Amino acid sequence: MTSPGAPAPGGLSEAEVERHVAEAVAAVAAAPDLAALKRVRLDHTGDRSPIALANRAIGALPPAERAAAGKRVGAARGRVATALAARQADLEAERDARVLVEEAVDVTLPVERRPRGARHPLETISERIGDVFVAMGWEVAEGPEVEAEWFNFDALNFDPDHPARQMQDTFFVDPPDSGLLLRTHTSPVQARVLLESEPPVYVVVPGKVFRTDELDATHTPVFHQVEGLAVDEGLTMAHLKGTLDHFAAAMFGTGIVTRLRPAFFPFTEPSAEMDLRCFVCVGATGEVEATCRTCKGTGWIEWGGCGMVNPNVLRACGIDTDRYTGFAFGMGLERTLMFRHGIEDMRDMVEGDVRFSLHYGMED
Amino acid sequence: MRVPLSWLREYVAVPDGATGERIAADLVRVGLEEEAVHGPQVSGPLVVGTVLTCVAEPQKNGKVQRWCTVDVGAHGAVGPDGRTAPRGIVCGAPNVGAGDKVVVALPGTVLPGGFAISARKTYGHLSDGMICSARELGISDDHTGIIRLAEYGLGDTPNGSDAIALLGLDAETVEVNVTPDRGYQLSVRGVAREYGHATGAAFTDPAILDVPKPDENGHPVRLEDAAPIRGNAGCDRYVARVVRGVDPAALSPWWMQRRLQQAGMRPISLTVDVTNYVMLAVGQPLHAFDLQTLRGAIVVRRARPGERLTTLDDVERVLDPEDLLITDDDDERVLAMAGVMGGAETEVTAATRDILIEAAHFDPVTVARTARRHRLPSEAARRFERGVDPDLADRAAELAVRLLVEYGGGEPGPVTDVDERVQPQSVRMAWDLPNRVVGRTWTRDEVVTTLVEIGCEVLADGEDLLVRAPGWRPDLRMGVDLVEEVARLRGYEHIPSVLPVAPAGRGLSHGQRARRSVARALAEHGLVEVLSYPFVAPGVHDALGLPADDPRRRALRLANPLSDEQPEMRTSMLPPLLDTLRRNVSRGNTDLGLFEIGLVVRPDGLDRVAPRPDVSRRPAEEELAAVRDAVPAQPRRVGVVLSGMRELPGWGGQGREADWADALDAALLVARTLGLEPTVTADDHAPWHPGRCARIELDGRLVGHAGELHPKVVEALGLPGRTVAAEIDLDVLVEASGGIRRAVPLSTYPLAKEDVALVVDAAVPAAAVHDALVAGAGELLESVRLFDVYTGRQVGEGRKSLAFALRLRAPDRTLTAEETAAARDAAVAEATARTGAVLRGAPAAG
Repeated sequence: MTSPGAPAPGGLSEAEVERHVAEAVAAVAAAPDLAALKRVRLDHTGDRSPIALANRAIGALPPAERAAAGKRVGAARGRVATALAARQADLEAERDARVLVEEAVDVTLPVERRPRGARHPLETISERIGDVFVAMGWEVAEGPEVEAEWFNFDALNFDPDHPARQMQDTFFVDPPDSGLLLRTHTSPVQARVLLESEPPVYVVVPGKVFRTDELDATHTPVFHQVEGLAVDEGLTMAHLKGTLDHFAAAMFGTGIVTRLRPAFFPFTEPSAEMDLRCFVCVGATGEVEATCRTCKGTGWIEWGGCGMVNPNVLRACGIDTDRYTGFAFGMGLERTLMFRHGIEDMRDMVEGDVRFSLHYGMED
Repeated sequence: MRVPLSWLREYVAVPDGATGERIAADLVRVGLEEEAVHGPQVSGPLVVGTVLTCVAEPQKNGKVQRWCTVDVGAHGAVGPDGRTAPRGIVCGAPNVGAGDKVVVALPGTVLPGGFAISARKTYGHLSDGMICSARELGISDDHTGIIRLAEYGLGDTPNGSDAIALLGLDAETVEVNVTPDRGYQLSVRGVAREYGHATGAAFTDPAILDVPKPDENGHPVRLEDAAPIRGNAGCDRYVARVVRGVDPAALSPWWMQRRLQQAGMRPISLTVDVTNYVMLAVGQPLHAFDLQTLRGAIVVRRARPGERLTTLDDVERVLDPEDLLITDDDDERVLAMAGVMGGAETEVTAATRDILIEAAHFDPVTVARTARRHRLPSEAARRFERGVDPDLADRAAELAVRLLVEYGGGEPGPVTDVDERVQPQSVRMAWDLPNRVVGRTWTRDEVVTTLVEIGCEVLADGEDLLVRAPGWRPDLRMGVDLVEEVARLRGYEHIPSVLPVAPAGRGLSHGQRARRSVARALAEHGLVEVLSYPFVAPGVHDALGLPADDPRRRALRLANPLSDEQPEMRTSMLPPLLDTLRRNVSRGNTDLGLFEIGLVVRPDGLDRVAPRPDVSRRPAEEELAAVRDAVPAQPRRVGVVLSGMRELPGWGGQGREADWADALDAALLVARTLGLEPTVTADDHAPWHPGRCARIELDGRLVGHAGELHPKVVEALGLPGRTVAAEIDLDVLVEASGGIRRAVPLSTYPLAKEDVALVVDAAVPAAAVHDALVAGAGELLESVRLFDVYTGRQVGEGRKSLAFALRLRAPDRTLTAEETAAARDAAVAEATARTGAVLRGAPAAG
C-alpha cells in the first residue's frame, strides 16, 4: 500500500506521464524518415516503452487511483498515436512526392512500337457514301466485276451497233465471243437489282470498274464508281435533282451549288451531266479563276452522269413502265476524292504506296 | 466538232462581240459540252510582202540559205533618206523566189507556241523578220516551204497588208463534244441550230435552197440490197449529180481552205475540199467520183464473198458480205464501201474534169459495222452511224455543185435522185408527259411550241400529241426522247429539287457490315489497306511454285489487255499485293504490313458463253440463269502481306521482324472479328514455306492459308527475305457468321488457376495438346492458354515442354481444391492419352 501523494510506481504520476508524452512527441517530430519513425513508434509505443510500462503499472495502484491513472495513460497514448499518425502521413506524402518525381519519364519519347495501320480513302469514302444513302432508307447493292456483256450493255439499252457501245473502251474476256467483259460501269447492277426485286427500289452501288485507259495523272484502267438507282411510282427529275443536291452537300459541304446540263446516256432519257460550282476558285474568291486547276477555269466541276431510267431498261427488266418511273446517277469515286482533298495525281491513289493511305488514317 | 465562229455567224445571228467562251457556255446549256476554244495564236506585225531579190548562199554546213529583200510596203525599213525600203531577210525555204507574194513576220510578231520574232544576225546578214511557212503560222502541218500567197488565191494582196486578218488567223474556233445520239450536231448547221435554241438567236438554214428536178438523163443508179441488216435497207436514197468541165488547176478559195483547216481538215483540191466543206456545213457526207472512170450504172449492193477493194488509203481490203458497196460495170466492179471510204480506182485526181457527186443516205447500222470491221472511222462513217438527215441529200449535192461551178468553172449536168425513203412513224405522247417525268408544270402550249421549235410537226389527238420528228432527229423515237427536248430547251436549270422519301430500309447487309469490321480491325491492327490492279502475268503461277494442276492456274484471260504481259485476272490476292509490297520497298517504305480486300476470279473451266437475250421484254428465267451462270465465280478475299520490322526498334527494345506468326495472327483476326474460331493445322501449300504454312479451316471448310512464303518464291518475285503472307476467303467466313449469338451467363464465383507443363515429342502440334486439355478438363474449364514452350537438355532430345495456364470456374459455386485438381488431372490424362504428354517433373511412363 502506498500513501496518497507518494510518487506513483512505474512513472505514473501526472508529471511523469506528461514527460513521456513530451519525449515521444519530440522523437516523432524529429524522425527524419519513415524508417526512423518506425523506430520511434517502437520506442515510444512498444511493449517496453515508458508509456506501456506505465500502463502495466496501473494494476499495482490502489483501486481508488486506478481510474485516474488509467485515464491519464490512455490520453497519453492517444496523443502519441495522433502525433505518430500525423508524422506518418507527412513522411509518406513526402516519400510519395519524391518517388513520383524520381519515376518521371520523358513523355515526348516516340511510343509507337507497332507500325500504324490505315484504311484506303477510296474504301472509306465509299462507305461514307453508303452511309449517306442508308440514312435515307436506301440499301447498298453490289455485283460482279467480271460481268456478262448483256448486263453491262444490252440490258441497259446499249444497241450493239450504236457508237455509244464503242465509247466505253471495254476490256473483253477471251475468247471475244464469250459474252463476258470487265464491267465498264457499276450500272449492270441496276439491271441485276431490277430483275431480282419489285419496286420500290432505292439502291446505291459502289464498286470497281474497268476501262482500257493507260494510267496517267488523270486516268486509270481500274477505278471506282458509285451508282444510284431509284424506281418507284411518281419519281421525276426533280427527285433526281433533290437526291443529288443532298448527296453533293454530304460530300462537299452544305452550300455547294449544283447544276444539271443535257447529256446522253443510252440507259437514261432524259439524261444529264451533273456539275458542281467550283469550290476551289469560286468557293474561295467568288470568281472563276482562269488558272484554277480543279475546274480548268470553267467554274464548274463535272461530277457525274444521271437521268431518268430509260423505259427500254425497265422493259428489259420486266418493270411496268406505265406504273413506274425511275432515276439513276453515277459518279467516279477517284474524281470525287481528288476534288474533295485536292489530290492532283491519280497515280498516288492507285499505286498502293502506304504513305497515301497513312495520310488519311481511318477516315477519308 | 470544231466550229469556226465566222462560219457559225453565217447561219445564226450571234451577237457582235460574243466571245468563243461565251458561245461555248451558251451551247453547254442545251447539251453541247465544251471541249476547247481555240483562239488567235499569232499577234503583232504579220504582213504581206513581195520578194524582190533572192540570192542563194551555200553554207559551210552544206545547207543553202537565201538572202532576200522583201517589199513590205509601209512596214519597210526606214532608210537614211527617211523613206521606207525593202527589208533584208534570210530564208532557208527551197521554194522562195523573186516575185513571190509571201507572209512576213516582222520583229515583234509572236507566232504559235510563243515564238517571238526579232531582228538578228545570222549567216552573215541582219535578218529583219521571217518569211513564214504554213506550219509556223499554225495553219497546217505543211513545212515543206514558205507560203506563196498566189497558191492561196491571194496573189493580188497589196504589200504591207495585215496578214493576220487576211489569213483569218484572228478567228476563234469553238470545239464541242457531240454526244453519239446527235449526228446532226456534227455540222455547222446543227450547232448553229442549237445555238439558236440556247439563246433565241435567229437561225438561217443553209440547206434551204432550190434543187433542180431529177430527170431520166441522169446517171443511172440502182439500189439492190438483197440482205438488209435488221430489216433496214442499206441505202434508201441516192442522189447523183454530174458536173463537167471543172478546171483541174482551180484552187479552193482561201476562205474555204481556212475554214477546213480550222475545222481540223486538210485542204486537198477544189473537188475534195468542196465535198468536205459541204459535209461540215450541213452534215451530209459526199463522195466525188471521176466520171470518166465510171462504167455504166451505179449499183448499190452488198459485197460478195471474196470481193476486194483497194481504198483511197491504198490498202487492199477483203470485203465482208455485210459490207454495202457502190459498184458499176454491170455491178461487177467495186467502187467504194458505202458511206465509209471510196476506192482508189475512181478517185478524183489532178487531171479530173468531169465529176459525179454522190449524196446518199446509208443505214447507220450497215455503216457502223463496216467502219468497225475495217477499222475505218472516217468522217463520213462517223456521221452516217450517228444518223444523217435523209431529206438533205439533194440539197447538199446542189450546194456542192454550185461551189464547183463557181470556183471550178464547170457545167452542171443532169440529176439523179433514187428515193426509196420510208416515212418514219410519228411518236405518240400524252401532252403532259414532260411534266410527269420532269416534275414541272408546263402548259400544253409550251410543250407544243418547244417541239415545233426543234423542227417537229405536232398534231393533237385528244390528250395526246402526234409528233413527227424532223429528218435530222432520228434519235426521237419515244415519248421520253421528246421530254428531254422540252426540258432541254426550257432549261434544265428550271428543274426543281425535291428529295424523295424512300421506304424504310434495312441498313447494310451482314456481309457489308462484316467487310467493314474486318477492314477496320486489320487497320487497327497496324496494317495498311491498299488497292492493287487485278491484272497478272501467266508466269506468276510458276513464280509462286503452283503445281501444274493447281486450280489457281486456271485464270480468266482478257482479249484486249492493256499490257500483253499481264493478260490474266488474279486468281489469288497475293501476286498483285506482293507487287505493291515490292513497289513500296523500292520507294523506301521497308517495314510493311499491307492488306487488301477484293474479288478474285475463279473460272470453273467450263467456258460457258454468256448469251445475250432479246431486250424488248424481260427474258425468261432460264435465259437469265444462263447469263448469270456464265459469269465466273468471284469470291471476295482478304490478302495480307508483311515484311521488315513488325515492331520497330527503339528506346524500348530491339524491335521484332515480321514472321509467320504475324501473318497467321492477322488471318485469325479476320475470323475472330466475325466471332469465329477457326482451327489451324500445318500444311504444305504453295506459295508458302512447307514448314511454315498454316491451313485455316472452319468446321472442315477451307478458309485460307497463312505463314512465311517459300524462299524460292521470295527469290523469284524479288521480295524482301522472309516475307510473310495470308489469304482468307471472306465469303466463307461471312456465310458462317451473322446468326444471332446466344448469350453465355457470366459466373461471378472465384476463379481457380492451374498451370501445367507437359512434355511431348517435338513433332506434336501444340494445338493437339491444347485441344486435349480442353476436352479433358470438362465443363469447369473457362480457358486455357499456352504461355511457354521449352526445348533443351532438361526435357531431352526431340522433346519439348509446353506450359499451359488453365482457368477453371463453376457457374454456381466456389470450386474446392479437390474439384480443381480433379479437372486438371483429367485434362492432363486426356493429353497423355491423345499425345503422349507427360507432366513435366513426373517420371516418364515405362
